[in-house]
Amino acid sequence: MAVFSTSEFRAGLKVMLDNDPCAIIENEFVKPGKGQAFNRVKIRNLKSGRVIERTFKSGESLEGADVVDVEMQYLYNDGEYRHFMVAETFEQYQCDDKIVGDAAKWLKDQDLCYVTLWNDSPLAVTPGNFVELTIIETDPGVRGDTSGGGGKPAKLDTGAVVRVPLFVQQGEMIKVDTRTGEYISRVKE
Amino acid sequence: MQSEWRPTCTHELLHLRATLLAEIRAFFAGKGVLEVETPLLCSAIGTDPQLDFFTSQPQIAGLPEQLYWQTSPEFAMKRLLAAGSGSIYQVSKAFRKGESGRFHNPEFTLLEWYRVGFQLPELMAEAAELITTLFQGRQALQTSQWVSYADIFKQSTGLDALNFSHPQYCGYAHNNGLPEAMDLCGDNHALWLDMLFSHKVQPLLGRSSLCLVYGYPACQSSLARLNADNPQITDRFELFIDGVELGNGYYELANACEQDRRFSHELKLRQQSGQPAATKDTRLLAALESGLPDCSGLAIGIDRLLMVLSGSAHINQVIAFPISNA
Repeated sequence: MAVFSTSEFRAGLKVMLDNDPCAIIENEFVKPGKGQAFNRVKIRNLKSGRVIERTFKSGESLEGADVVDVEMQYLYNDGEYRHFMVAETFEQYQCDDKIVGDAAKWLKDQDLCYVTLWNDSPLAVTPGNFVELTIIETDPGVRGDTSGGGGKPAKLDTGAVVRVPLFVQQGEMIKVDTRTGEYISRVKE
Repeated sequence: MQSEWRPTCTHELLHLRATLLAEIRAFFAGKGVLEVETPLLCSAIGTDPQLDFFTSQPQIAGLPEQLYWQTSPEFAMKRLLAAGSGSIYQVSKAFRKGESGRFHNPEFTLLEWYRVGFQLPELMAEAAELITTLFQGRQALQTSQWVSYADIFKQSTGLDALNFSHPQYCGYAHNNGLPEAMDLCGDNHALWLDMLFSHKVQPLLGRSSLCLVYGYPACQSSLARLNADNPQITDRFELFIDGVELGNGYYELANACEQDRRFSHELKLRQQSGQPAATKDTRLLAALESGLPDCSGLAIGIDRLLMVLSGSAHINQVIAFPISNA
């Protein structure tokens, strides 16, 4: 694997730090006019999700991490593992709850999502930016109210709960932004 | 492919830079300080192992094979001083390889000046006067603070900057979110000071005011004199506003032998760490030998001054064409 020096650190670069795969978020060059140059780096540990700050002497280097995001189709949940498949190769991967994490509440069978692989083992799952899900439970709204003000909680078929406008009804399919967890629109079938 | 040809700074910043330079020139004209120009390409260069330089091949008979792009106009200006120029100033470009970031562009603009007969406190007062003049009517600046390195270091970290205690420094780093400092700095006092000062002290200096830090520890002296009364400190000061390092000043070392010794020492350090060799400036040494008048000198980064004046977060916002767009 390639080795990257501090001057090559930029947002998104995947490197190995303390034996864990990490992603660089921010790299600030710190140098007193007279004195040692440093790089103050903000890094996310891809296994734990934790963000830490670490200072390096400028010119130090880290080994790259073999981390890739692969588009996969979510197949099913066998109770212990969720199964994913690369559509082109039919190659399958299984992920436990810890790896799937928060993505679980947006995953519907057959939907496409991204699985992050480190040395070909799943590290994390990221849902598509937008998903279309069905409301299985919500209070009956006031007909004719299209203002969107206020809103009400709605439970979706994946278990997620989002706020929807009052006019949206149980049984309807809606589009949700998974990054913010916000309702976007109704989906006409 | 669409080429990004436009400047990265606004028209307002172009104008601010122009008026600032005009005001700086008026300031020095009013004080009878002479504006000078010195070469950017020279046959010798500063030996400081912390400064990396660009080189070029002139391909001109009689010249060295390799010339250096100046990391500061200091040496040439000192040759002028030794030749009897009197007090001088210069606005010039300087080049430092590998320095790029929010506060660094490898090619940047320096204001550098030397005051013959000034000791450090007089130069510090003049620096504060200049900064205050430039901020007038642009941004509110509270009264300047003068503070010694040891005092501000103690205040921010509780540590003694002049007397190195490895366990105490490690304890502080461990408890203050910098555990990596222990590996990174080892038992190198100067390195510890660089790291702790830049991470923990500097960011808090000069909130809406000019902060002048003086009395740098002797291990961070470079081209400054050691203090006559206290050999633990050096006659060097730095300027900060809103946590940004703006400039560095010295009561200038005039002793040719001592300068030669420091050059040789730094050249050895460069060699040990496998850095490119630098050429000792023998013309500067000859000038010091013939006699540098007692003087103090200061360099201020004009780009950073513009950043502070305009509240810009990145140096690219105050330079028309930063290196990535040059």
